[in-house]
Amino acid sequence: MENIEQRVKKIVAEQLGVNEAEVKTESSFVDDLGADSLDTVELVMALEEEFECEIPDEEAEKITTVQQAINYVSAHLSK
Amino acid sequence: MSKRRVVITGLGHVSPIGNDVATGWANLLAGKSGIGRITRFDASDLACQIAGEVKGFDISDYIPPKDARRMDVFIHYGIAAALQAIGDAGLDDVSTLDKTRVGVNIGSGIGGLPLIEETGAALLAGGPRKIGPFFIPGSLINLIAGHVSILKGYLGPSYGIVSACTTGAHCIGDAARIIQYGDADIMVAGGSEGAITRLGIGGFAAMKALSTRNDDPAAASRPWDTGRDGFVMGEGAGVLVLEEYEHAVKRGARIYAELIGFGMSSDAYHITAPSAEGPARGVANALRDAGVNADQISYVNAHGTSTPLGDANETNALKIAFGDHAKKLAINSTKSMTGHLLGGAGGVEAIYTILAVHNQIAPPTINMVEQDFENGCDLDYVPNTAREMKIDVAISNSFGFGGTNGTLVFKRV
Repeated sequence: MENIEQRVKKIVAEQLGVNEAEVKTESSFVDDLGADSLDTVELVMALEEEFECEIPDEEAEKITTVQQAINYVSAHLSK
Repeated sequence: MSKRRVVITGLGHVSPIGNDVATGWANLLAGKSGIGRITRFDASDLACQIAGEVKGFDISDYIPPKDARRMDVFIHYGIAAALQAIGDAGLDDVSTLDKTRVGVNIGSGIGGLPLIEETGAALLAGGPRKIGPFFIPGSLINLIAGHVSILKGYLGPSYGIVSACTTGAHCIGDAARIIQYGDADIMVAGGSEGAITRLGIGGFAAMKALSTRNDDPAAASRPWDTGRDGFVMGEGAGVLVLEEYEHAVKRGARIYAELIGFGMSSDAYHITAPSAEGPARGVANALRDAGVNADQISYVNAHGTSTPLGDANETNALKIAFGDHAKKLAINSTKSMTGHLLGGAGGVEAIYTILAVHNQIAPPTINMVEQDFENGCDLDYVPNTAREMKIDVAISNSFGFGGTNGTLVFKRV
């Protein structure tokens, strides 16, 4: 089973159409990976789907890097 | 000041009979049907289980998969056809191209029906949070023009006309007028549709508009034949590059034909039932705009959808518009092979009409086994075999729900 970091990176790569190798934990979706505002909304939806959780809008707005996504999912993942 | 002339310098198309113009044209002349059983989804509980699906099409040949995922399929077809046409016209090689003078007008009859259906289901199943951010831009009709403008940096007019099955013809005709009026020198124009989905097929089937010849799909679209029982839905897109004549000549562009006339009219009669006077007036308006007499027309690319009422009605309309000359017209329905591309029909059929003029050959109407003389379908429909003939001027007819009509007139150059 892949760990959370791998799963998050995989989704980010898929959603933003970039190579998984380009996706670093410190990568910013907008500044480094070419996402626009709509991409980031869709990315959050994909994370919700993958990890079967709901990310409230005010939390979603704070997730702008891969590391932040990993942190959020790790903290909220249902056991 | 004389009217600025408009010529066609590029063609692009994705259709049930081929994903490029050359393949489609060859299949058309060979009388090959693009109709088959629906493979896109399980149609087993629908009255109509056949359609003209686009086959083997890969949008990633045109744009990155990441971008493609954010658009419904009608936008894919429209972009592909537009990029083909732009390539065919060689516009990317024109280093001096003034992009503020290039515009796009590509419409669709319905737009993102598959995405609307899919998103509606997601909404019902999971609530509003399941509505994706690309639902709206992925299904909006004018987003074909939006994407093409963005991809190519064209800074002129960007829009799409919506008029059901007359969409493509209206987009092309209106784009020509944009050039004539002086608002642009080049317009990328046409129509697209991708509505082969449960909601789309089910919707037209509910109107009893579709053929139910499920056991023999290739024979289902049979305009003017006694056995016709409704239209077969197709999908795809047809897009032209229209260019001001002097602009085209100056850059040494290949000119396929000249668009010399465009006419519109309304039946003002019924939302779906046709009237003969409306289309006849549209044809007459187009001929007047073109400045040609009825007897100068030799080929008609008919609307010819293969519905019992519509085919007889168009025949009557042609008799009103052309009088005795109607008997001398070579009339064909390319829908006998492509099915009915709805908003894309006027686009692909403009291409077929242009190629008929360019190559001096009328494509056939296939599946003509027993011509429906009894209901007045007594003209020359070029049955079953393509015909080499002299074609100086040809017209393409499109009629849409709401009683909206459009006719384009193309002349050999």
